[in-house]
Amino acid sequence: MSSGTKAIPERLEWHVGTVVEVRRETPTAHTLVLKVPDWPGHRAGQHVDLRLVAEDGYQAERSYSIASPPEEATVALTIERIGDGEVSPYLIDVLHIGDGLEVRGPIGGYFVWDVAEGGPLFLVAGGSGIVPLMAMLRHRARAKSQVPAHLLYSARTLDGIIYRDELAGLVSPDVGVTYTITRDAPASWTGYRRRIDRAMLEAVGWSAADAPRIFVCGPTPLVESVATLLVELGHDPLRVKTERFGPTG
Amino acid sequence: MTDKPFIARGFHSRRDTGAAGRLPPGQYETRDFPVLSAGPTPRTPLAKWDFTIRDAEGQSVRWSWDELQALPHDMPTVDIHCVTKWSKFDTKWDGVSVDTLLDAARARGLKDGAYVLAFSDGGYTTNLPLADVTNGQAWVAFGFAGAPLAPEHGGPARLLVPHLYFWKSAKWVRGLELMTHDEPGFWEQLGYHNRGDPWREQRYQGDP
Repeated sequence: MSSGTKAIPERLEWHVGTVVEVRRETPTAHTLVLKVPDWPGHRAGQHVDLRLVAEDGYQAERSYSIASPPEEATVALTIERIGDGEVSPYLIDVLHIGDGLEVRGPIGGYFVWDVAEGGPLFLVAGGSGIVPLMAMLRHRARAKSQVPAHLLYSARTLDGIIYRDELAGLVSPDVGVTYTITRDAPASWTGYRRRIDRAMLEAVGWSAADAPRIFVCGPTPLVESVATLLVELGHDPLRVKTERFGPTG
Repeated sequence: MTDKPFIARGFHSRRDTGAAGRLPPGQYETRDFPVLSAGPTPRTPLAKWDFTIRDAEGQSVRWSWDELQALPHDMPTVDIHCVTKWSKFDTKWDGVSVDTLLDAARARGLKDGAYVLAFSDGGYTTNLPLADVTNGQAWVAFGFAGAPLAPEHGGPARLLVPHLYFWKSAKWVRGLELMTHDEPGFWEQLGYHNRGDPWREQRYQGDP
């Protein structure tokens, strides 16, 4: 990572991490907790690269956001299964506790938040875009920060909400969590049932005058739409940080 | 540094490897066109849009949107490679070669530099050696697949430097600064490789 000097940068080496825990988060998302030798630590919001090499030399690489906070020595990745992908089904179906997995990182120095930067912190997630934002909320909690935070999380179904129980435990006078269920919300659901729109952002988020730090992560259409609306609502584009993804099987 | 690969137990390719020779290491082919950018998509009306080349002495040359469109177009078909691992083959672009723009700038007395810094709406920058944007290797592109380039993909115009990782192909580009020295751009200051050759897998600082 950048050292702030002109010294020759150190290479991000590949390390063989070990799976030390597997957690089923939703029907389609699992968390792998890795112990990575010589892990240098990370910031909330960063990601890692994984490399899978087959016996015949074929190799695949993918990037995954880190879900665990900097306060933890292990690296947790939450993997959403992409049906016909070649990497996510392997990580979910084949990999067991005790298996090795090649990792390098941490990567990315822009979509990151540290409690020292303050807030308010407004997080907007779509689907598995929650993962790097969860690292921020976990970091905030572990650091015992008082920074006000609010998560607006769009999921297709109630079952598809990742970390739901843990998020319920994080809610406090300083931390709000709002869900919107865009498909198949149960009849008893009293929350939002539509895609994130301008009215929802106005109702849930801070106004531009409060100058929140905003992080938006999810599929491209959601991120494009939310980031554009936030700028229209007067937020400084430089305070709206985005991470977008399409399917990366 | 160990170059002996760790074999992932039970991992097999599920992809047809017919395209293997066209894929740089660690990349996979996508038919989609994923979007990656660090912030909101800027929107500059074409009437206010211009493209500027500046040199180290402060001289500059500027094209309005219409003036840029009036220059000779190229229609390159190229493979593109994103550092986030996807590659897309045979993408079809419409644009003006950077050679054409630099020739015009030199004709007006601008001084060449060994490096360029591309700058964009929204504050994005990326640095390249001059040698990577000359000799038919780079364009200012405003058309994609027969249509105007969509804003989320960098429209109205983006730099197109397909032989390097795609973050070098600055979206929403508004100009080039000719530099006598190299100066790291946005991602290059945040741990990404200074040059970004996908065939050498130059993803991050310190990669070969």
